Amino acid sequence: MEQLLQHLLNGLLLGATYSLLGVGLTLVFGLMNVVNFAHGEFYTLGAYAVFAALVGASVDFFLAIPLAVAVGAAAGAVCERCLLRPLRGESIDTVMLVMIGVWIAMQNAELLGWGGVAKSVPAPFPTRPVVVGHVSVSPLRIFVFVVSGLLILGAHLLLARTKLGRAMRATFQDRETAALMGVSVERIHTITFAFGAGLAAAAGALLGPVFLVYPSMGDLASLKAFSVVILGGLGNFAGAALGGLVLGVAEELGAGYVSSGYRDAVGFLIIVAVLLLRPSGLFARAERVG
Amino acid sequence: MKRLAVGALLAVAAAAPAWVWNPYHLHTLIMAGIFAVLALSLNLLLGYTGQLSLGHAAFFGIGAYATGLLTVKLEWSPWLGLLTAAALPAATGWIIGRLALKLRGAYFVLLTISFAGVVSLVSVNWMDLTNGPLGLPGVPPVEIGLPGLHVLSLRTKGAYYYLVLAAVLGCYLVCLALIRSRIGRALIALRENEALAESVGIDSTHYLVLAAVISAAMAGLAGGLYAHYTRFVSPEVFLFSYTVTMVIMVVAGGKGTLAGPIVGAVIFTVLPEVLRALTSWQWQMLLYGILLIAILFFMPRGIVPTLFDRGRRG
Repeated sequence: MEQLLQHLLNGLLLGATYSLLGVGLTLVFGLMNVVNFAHGEFYTLGAYAVFAALVGASVDFFLAIPLAVAVGAAAGAVCERCLLRPLRGESIDTVMLVMIGVWIAMQNAELLGWGGVAKSVPAPFPTRPVVVGHVSVSPLRIFVFVVSGLLILGAHLLLARTKLGRAMRATFQDRETAALMGVSVERIHTITFAFGAGLAAAAGALLGPVFLVYPSMGDLASLKAFSVVILGGLGNFAGAALGGLVLGVAEELGAGYVSSGYRDAVGFLIIVAVLLLRPSGLFARAERVG
Repeated sequence: MKRLAVGALLAVAAAAPAWVWNPYHLHTLIMAGIFAVLALSLNLLLGYTGQLSLGHAAFFGIGAYATGLLTVKLEWSPWLGLLTAAALPAATGWIIGRLALKLRGAYFVLLTISFAGVVSLVSVNWMDLTNGPLGLPGVPPVEIGLPGLHVLSLRTKGAYYYLVLAAVLGCYLVCLALIRSRIGRALIALRENEALAESVGIDSTHYLVLAAVISAAMAGLAGGLYAHYTRFVSPEVFLFSYTVTMVIMVVAGGKGTLAGPIVGAVIFTVLPEVLRALTSWQWQMLLYGILLIAILFFMPRGIVPTLFDRGRRG
């Protein structure tokens, strides 16, 4: 019983970061109709940015995280401006292939720049876990959980309540009308993609100190993000937030009770099962897909 | 004219072991052949049905493991092993095709990635069967045993080259026959306008699954050829970089053409070997990514269509 509680807690803590990853991906897909295969690379970029700021420039930890988010968002903006804008109107498949190219190029650029050896990021938290009853949790994980939750909430509020959020939704619902209403449509595209990339970088910056930082870390992150997004339904913001928690708990239970070697298979199996049985996601009303 | 050119090209290819004396260069050609089979296989789906599979490394790997396990553990003949290397992925392709081809676009891509991911994890974790990350050494070489004659081993690179060349030619002819048949026309019709094709009575699932089965069989055969060539199988055969390389070969060569994938396979096997002297492997993959983007921007139809039928299609 205590073991189960511990697994559930670990699952939720892990799941919150999956939610953060998924929210960024689902936003770019739902609004821009771009399948961003490079999502995990922005995550990696965020993690390396934190590492570089902490170890290279000895910036304070709490300043390094927003810095990493800014780096990720800037890279996203450049990517959108240079690669996606010229392809506006091209088929979704061409854009998908281009994003695969970005993924390979970014990952190997990181491998060239940083080398293949995994780096550990120091964090200013006590390593001794907080024990409550029979479960224990490290302070760093609590910090990561809280910040992830706040970022997801912030992203939701930005989309739902602000003028910028309204302009974003308007642009992707009806481009021409939005433009007639004075929305700078091209700028909204760039901002939206940068926003998604920034959220991925935030997840990387938060998880960098928890795990190790290495060039191919983004592959698994992309996989998790896609599982979460499919679980919640492509383009469904609340679905992705919930889906992350479901995936986190499912993985933790799978690793704890089935086999730790197959931990990462949980994400794959979720993708397969949801796509085959309920392709519009667990939390959506019935809708035709594809 | 065109026939003459094809004949000349074939003669040059057939005589390769005679004029390529450096064994390393011959090795590169053998790998180009194996990749040509893979590229033809992926092209059947991506080029003719328009469905992008990012799980093709799974079929390649299943083929390699099928023949590797059967010849090492059960001591089957490598020929039966190669046959199974095509048959088992074909059966898998049928199941996956039946399930996945209900989906389109990004959904199909994600399902194929997940399938390959699961298969790869199984190959690492199922120690009893696959020997896990340690791999499976001692895969026997292919031999030709004609009755009454000495057993001819295809252990040498020169001899193996002919086996691979025969496989490329065989797969090319299968694709050619398929594309020129009713099936090929049905596939192209589905790619161009699925709703319209279905309205004239083309059963989309039936034809797409058929393409997936043939494609999977070819990828598996390539895996089998690879296993008997390197004489070793490990979970590395499931590496995503194999799939990426196939995609680049098909897109760069020209998807939806028959010569394109072969041209792409030769270029993208030889080019890295030339570059290897100058740069490292990381540079090569970085360059692949940039090249993929550049080709999509500046030569979206691929090398072969851009060079050879300029202006024939809008």
